[in-house]
Amino acid sequence: MVKEEVVLVSFWSSPFGSRVKIALEEKGIHYEYKEEDLFNKSSYLSTINPVHNKVPVLIHNHRSICESLNIIEYIDEAWSDRSPQFLPSDPHQRSQARFWADFIDKQLYEASKKIYREKGEEQVNNGKKEVLRILKLVESELGEKAFFGGDNLGFVDISLIPFYSRFYTWETFGKFSIEEECPNLVAWAKRCMQKQSVANSLPDPLKIYDFIVSLNKYYHK
Amino acid sequence: MGKDDVKLLSMWASPFCMRVKVALAEKDVAYEEILESDLMGAKTELLIKSNPVHKQVPVLLHDDKPVVESTNILTYIDEVWPAKPLLPACAYGKSRARFWADYIDRKVFPAGRNVWTAKEDDQVESARKEFLDILMYLDGTLGEQDYFNGDTFGFVDILLIGLTSWFPAFEKYGGFKVEDEYPKLAAWITRSYARETVSESLTSPEKITNFVGMMRQMYGIE
Repeated sequence: MVKEEVVLVSFWSSPFGSRVKIALEEKGIHYEYKEEDLFNKSSYLSTINPVHNKVPVLIHNHRSICESLNIIEYIDEAWSDRSPQFLPSDPHQRSQARFWADFIDKQLYEASKKIYREKGEEQVNNGKKEVLRILKLVESELGEKAFFGGDNLGFVDISLIPFYSRFYTWETFGKFSIEEECPNLVAWAKRCMQKQSVANSLPDPLKIYDFIVSLNKYYHK
Repeated sequence: MGKDDVKLLSMWASPFCMRVKVALAEKDVAYEEILESDLMGAKTELLIKSNPVHKQVPVLLHDDKPVVESTNILTYIDEVWPAKPLLPACAYGKSRARFWADYIDRKVFPAGRNVWTAKEDDQVESARKEFLDILMYLDGTLGEQDYFNGDTFGFVDILLIGLTSWFPAFEKYGGFKVEDEYPKLAAWITRSYARETVSESLTSPEKITNFVGMMRQMYGIE
């Protein structure tokens, strides 16, 4: 069997990079991890992602794939012979999964930054309201299912679960409890954390909190 | 096999709706178009029920099941009606198409909006520069190919061509011409418009430019 070159370039705190780690581990794909210093970006990054110069980037047999959701779909297709399949086989269900992953992508990260990066009670409260609106919508989509993917982790699960590492940060800055507001969603998150792929891929929430506190000192100078 | 029941909730000026119309035409899929009114009218109950999260067009209803977000709709169309594929066959080719789809979606229309909503000269100048910088990457990736999809008109072509009905408006208010800045891209626009599926699906740029002029007056930009 030909040895494949699989490299993931990312940053330890990136939830987008964590998504890719989970997907690779779920499929049992061996890969080399390269940490990129986002505060001192290498010229290497600009060669593998010349348009955006961002992480994560997956390199598979010398070809680079960028944008985390794009990477997850690529992994699903390039290793379609390995289970699990992240996207369902029915086209309508696939479109639903893509819709929710895209919704999470476009809204959650930006909204969450208002909680911990903004100064001023009003902005923090606005951020909190927005994040809860998003999480509650997503929670109602989960319904009674164990995972968004049904019995196993799927595309939407992988898209969302890395943000669980940030719940502690959002709750501490915003002075609220996500578990109180979205108990089913937190139960889902804990269920995901029991999976090796997730537990191995997510950074420690306290480490994330300390990192964000120190970043704030830098941004608020 | 029974006849598919396909409906498209759309609005005449929306470039995102135009994309879906081109895709359905390319696949020879018959559909009923249900027009939402433009900015002034209230959203219909059908739209709110079909797209409760965003309440926006386009919405594809296939046997009454809704599919929303234009890029998502195009992928769905390609999967349900696989003849004359819009996406490349291989996983890497698909990932390249999705990358450029994401780039186009995130950058082109918002930058175009910055151009036609800019009031002061310096705002127009910086909006124009931003828009042209974004097109530069697209021009680069098109290269010497006939289409973004290679030899055949495909996914990325369809996503971008709908937006080009708004380009004359951006050009008018931004003070530039795409054919002067990026002749290859301009040639791709002309080549794509020669396809009946495109020319019959896109709203005329003249109508769009008048619409943009009206919105500028409404927002007090002129």
